[in-house]
Amino acid sequence: MRSQLVLLLTLIACGVISTFATGMNPYYYDILVGIGINIILATGLNLVNGYTGQFSLGHAGFMAVGAYGSSWLTLSYGYILGSSSIAITTGYVIALLLGGIGAALAGLIVGIPSLRLRGDYLAIVTLGFNEIIKGIIQNCEALGAQRGLGGMVLHTNFFWTFAFAALTVYVVVSLVNSTYGRGFLAVKDDEIAAEAMGINTTKYKVLAFVLAAFFAGIAGGLYAHFKQFIHPEGFNFIKSVDIVVMVILGGMGSTVGVCLAAVLLTILPEFLRKVSHYEWLPDWFRHVAENRMILYSLLLIILMLTRPQGLFGVRLARKK
Amino acid sequence: MLEFLQQLINGLAQGSIYALIALGYTMVFGVLRFINFAHGDVYMLGAFAGFYIGPKMLRLFGDQPGYGVLISMLLVTMILCALIGIGIEWLCYRPLRNRPKLTVLITAIGVSLFLENGGQFLFGADPKSFPEILTDRYISLPETWGRISELGIQLSAAISMLVTVILLFGLRHIVLHTKMGMAMRALSFNPVAASLMGINNSVVIAFTFGLGSALAGAAGILTSIQQPSIDPLMGISAGLKAFVAAVLGGIGNLPGAALGGILIGVIETMVVGYISPTYRDAIVFGVLILILLLKPTGLLGASEQEKV
Repeated sequence: MRSQLVLLLTLIACGVISTFATGMNPYYYDILVGIGINIILATGLNLVNGYTGQFSLGHAGFMAVGAYGSSWLTLSYGYILGSSSIAITTGYVIALLLGGIGAALAGLIVGIPSLRLRGDYLAIVTLGFNEIIKGIIQNCEALGAQRGLGGMVLHTNFFWTFAFAALTVYVVVSLVNSTYGRGFLAVKDDEIAAEAMGINTTKYKVLAFVLAAFFAGIAGGLYAHFKQFIHPEGFNFIKSVDIVVMVILGGMGSTVGVCLAAVLLTILPEFLRKVSHYEWLPDWFRHVAENRMILYSLLLIILMLTRPQGLFGVRLARKK
Repeated sequence: MLEFLQQLINGLAQGSIYALIALGYTMVFGVLRFINFAHGDVYMLGAFAGFYIGPKMLRLFGDQPGYGVLISMLLVTMILCALIGIGIEWLCYRPLRNRPKLTVLITAIGVSLFLENGGQFLFGADPKSFPEILTDRYISLPETWGRISELGIQLSAAISMLVTVILLFGLRHIVLHTKMGMAMRALSFNPVAASLMGINNSVVIAFTFGLGSALAGAAGILTSIQQPSIDPLMGISAGLKAFVAAVLGGIGNLPGAALGGILIGVIETMVVGYISPTYRDAIVFGVLILILLLKPTGLLGASEQEKV
């Protein structure tokens, strides 16, 4: 009951803040919405990578399905419910949800190999699915092929982003803390033992993929209707790594940690961009600061060598 | 028919490169049971090593492109890449030897990203043109059945196939007929028992990394003499395809890696030639997913009992 109340209060707060947020500096507003979208992505992926222990490297692919799916819907059928603002907003939310469902279906397909594969193989297969989704979009004329898709109406605002972020966090937290959802942790700790205890590991693994994909699809829809232009290259391997880094830095299996990491890693590139303009810093330092991927990769290596559980996570069991 | 045969020849040349890279994945997987994500980037470093060593070697040989330059460059690059491979293992993977698989996997992704972006930082992100170390020309194949005479092959492609074959037999000799090779096989079979029998696991693992990286370095040079444009991100797609090749042939299996590499090269060239270049990557990954679902041990791999 308490968590539902918190969710409700958060939603109300989002609505209130949203009415004031329109007058904000657009640059900060952009970062703020980016934070919300990244929280949705990272919290969703945490369910797969963190709680269930299935390493997925293709999260951007699901985001792409949601982004393209919902954009195609609003572009083609945006005025089907009428042209009043309420009708258009309803259409937008329905398009978001349908995009999420489309991504969830993709997640179902990707979840099936996870029944037979684990670890490195699963990582590569999910990466492969990401490339395949990208490849299909690149060859689909209705989705703009390699030119990208534009012309979406700006619908996404502070309210929708953070309402969905709060909903994602709520669903993931209450699911994992329920008796039912403990199965996710059991799958992570020891799949064979979990199976022996009568837990249907198949169900949990597929469910984790489907839910994570659904939220990634929503995030993609939000992103598309905020930037109003999407491009297949925006949903490539690097984007997937971005999300994975958030999950790992925050600590796999810690929702609070992952949300904090999402905030931190959304702000960091912007901060580094500023740093790279400081003339008094040495040239090489400014170059490194400009390339956030160098820092991300070093961060990954150093984290794994010194603190593999992330900043807030629980240490994984030592296995031979 | 003619076009098909020509595509087949091109596919074989491309496939021999993938085969060389795939061997590194397979060997490391054999002894350590993990996929070295950074392997494709060692291939990229090989190409860049050639880019910087090439002009110096050319000067050494009196500014005359030719086989001497190529061979000496191959050797220097292979040694350099072997050292890089050993260095990566020593710095990043050795401290994690008894940690969960996931930790090593993430580290490997980190190393891969570091090499790609560090490469962009060091070498510059724009494509570079590889120095001409061999005067390339087009060889028409001998006229035996009349019509086939229109078939041909670039000299560089022919050389890279030849070098691949030589390296494959060299590797076969090392693995089957030397003490180090026997130690590698023992380690792959059972690491604990191997160390009880007096094998220094760390040395063997370092050697394996060195050997695999040397082959990747050679592949980097062989690609660059065919397609002289190199850039710091060239290792990503080549590495992934070589990995698919290793899985296709049966990961952990050396002849399988060679076979898989050649098959992937041929499939890729056929897709580009007959369907569309934009479907190239998607189809290669489609092959991977099909293989993993239908025959996870690959074409030549033996099935392995999962240890509980």
